[in-house]
Amino acid sequence: MLIPCPHCGPRDLAEFSYQGDATRVRPDPASTDMKAWYDYVYNRPNPSGPHREYWQHSGGCRAHLVVVRDTLSHEIISVAFAHAGLNTAEGRQ
Amino acid sequence: MAEYSALSLLKNALSGNKDWKPAWRKPEPKPSYDVIIVGGGGHGLATAYYLAKEHGITNVAVLEKGWLGSGNIGRNTTIVRSNYLLPESIRFYDFSVRLWENLSHELNYNVMFSQRGILNLAHSPAQADEYIRRGNAMCHGGGDGVWLTPEEIARKVPGVDLSASARFPVVGGLLQPRAGTARHDAVAWGYARAADRLGVDIIENCEVTGFLREGDTIIGVTSMRGEIRARKVAIAVAGSTSRVLRLAGIERFPIESHVLQAFVSESIKPYLDCVVTFGGGHLYMSQSDKGGLVFGGDLDGYNSYAQRGNLPLVEEVMGEMVAMFPAVARLRLLRSWGGVMDMSMDGSPIITKGPLPGMYLNCGWCYGGFKATPASGFSFAWTIAKDEPHAINAPFTLSRFERGAVIDEKGVGPTPKLH
Repeated sequence: MLIPCPHCGPRDLAEFSYQGDATRVRPDPASTDMKAWYDYVYNRPNPSGPHREYWQHSGGCRAHLVVVRDTLSHEIISVAFAHAGLNTAEGRQ
Repeated sequence: MAEYSALSLLKNALSGNKDWKPAWRKPEPKPSYDVIIVGGGGHGLATAYYLAKEHGITNVAVLEKGWLGSGNIGRNTTIVRSNYLLPESIRFYDFSVRLWENLSHELNYNVMFSQRGILNLAHSPAQADEYIRRGNAMCHGGGDGVWLTPEEIARKVPGVDLSASARFPVVGGLLQPRAGTARHDAVAWGYARAADRLGVDIIENCEVTGFLREGDTIIGVTSMRGEIRARKVAIAVAGSTSRVLRLAGIERFPIESHVLQAFVSESIKPYLDCVVTFGGGHLYMSQSDKGGLVFGGDLDGYNSYAQRGNLPLVEEVMGEMVAMFPAVARLRLLRSWGGVMDMSMDGSPIITKGPLPGMYLNCGWCYGGFKATPASGFSFAWTIAKDEPHAINAPFTLSRFERGAVIDEKGVGPTPKLH
């Protein structure tokens, strides 16, 4: 699996660290809604097909990325910077 | 007379082996059953067997989307053990080992359970302390844990690099003598045949495509072979749990699917007569009866349903193997493959009634499902038949996450790739 880093170009999987599902939204830290916290901490959509996920190019430029990858084929569908302010290009196809 | 015995072997040999009955029938699905089990892997088949044998519920269908043995029951590294730390796990897995000890006799099918022991190598004083603590917990829970010094390891497993110059010098090891390996396909076939003979319908190539509902209640399934109704629908599809639950409208669940690779080398003469694990990383290895070294390591570490992994993990596993057993460095790899693991949020399984009315769920086996097969089937059948959990699976609820009662052996929290 090669991940096309927006800085460094296509790089080997071994250079990246996986950081999981990127669709989770953390509740307001002041929230006491236990259901919402439970859902955030433990539940995942775990799709078979396109999965939006965080990776860090930890063995390279160290950028945090949002990658859309197909969990059935490992095909990388899109890559973008995780930090919205850096996300100038629409990510690489 | 038992179907398989020395006498029946002889009799069938004399008649040219033409009179053996198929190990299981290929029945057409009936319109309705008392219980449908979705998933004809080890756990589903064991559940069907114990439902019929222990609870007299024989009007049961097991629906398998492929052929029997095509999923994780045929993809694991065949290790059976109960060397756990937490009391809930020790109780459950030790119960399982006790069922394993009698399984070939019980099923009249040789599952080749060989109690050759599992040795966890420790590579630092801190790791030794942790392992000794675990060994004490195992003994306390009625199991068996023995601490071995490097001298004792040298006698038991001569191939291990015990030199002081090893990358991770070995300071000792925790041995569970009752652990071992079993023939994984035989477990599926043995349970399938035993369940079939008790009247269970095993229906292969029958993928479940949806659930029939009456209000909230599940009253059956739609499948490739049409609608099938049942009072109780049990799901044992570890690896695909999220996919199947999505068919019932459950979009979010405390499971991630990850790929785990396994490997087998070319056959060599007897080299290793127990299971050995490497504590400097994560590697487990045994030698099969055919002579191949069977081994595996960590998950690849990303969500996947692909049943195949990537090369960085292969390299890591090989590196660890050679660090532990330098003599195997020039062996050739025969095969590698991947399986999809149902990684739960605390590393422990879920065996429970629900989450919808009429539904029963058995999932979250991470990569420890094979050894659990008998106990999983036994306790899941109990839960289905009696609508309440058996004592051994009572802690393994779905609600434990919400209640903060997680059973987290490693203490790494809700990060499935670390369990």
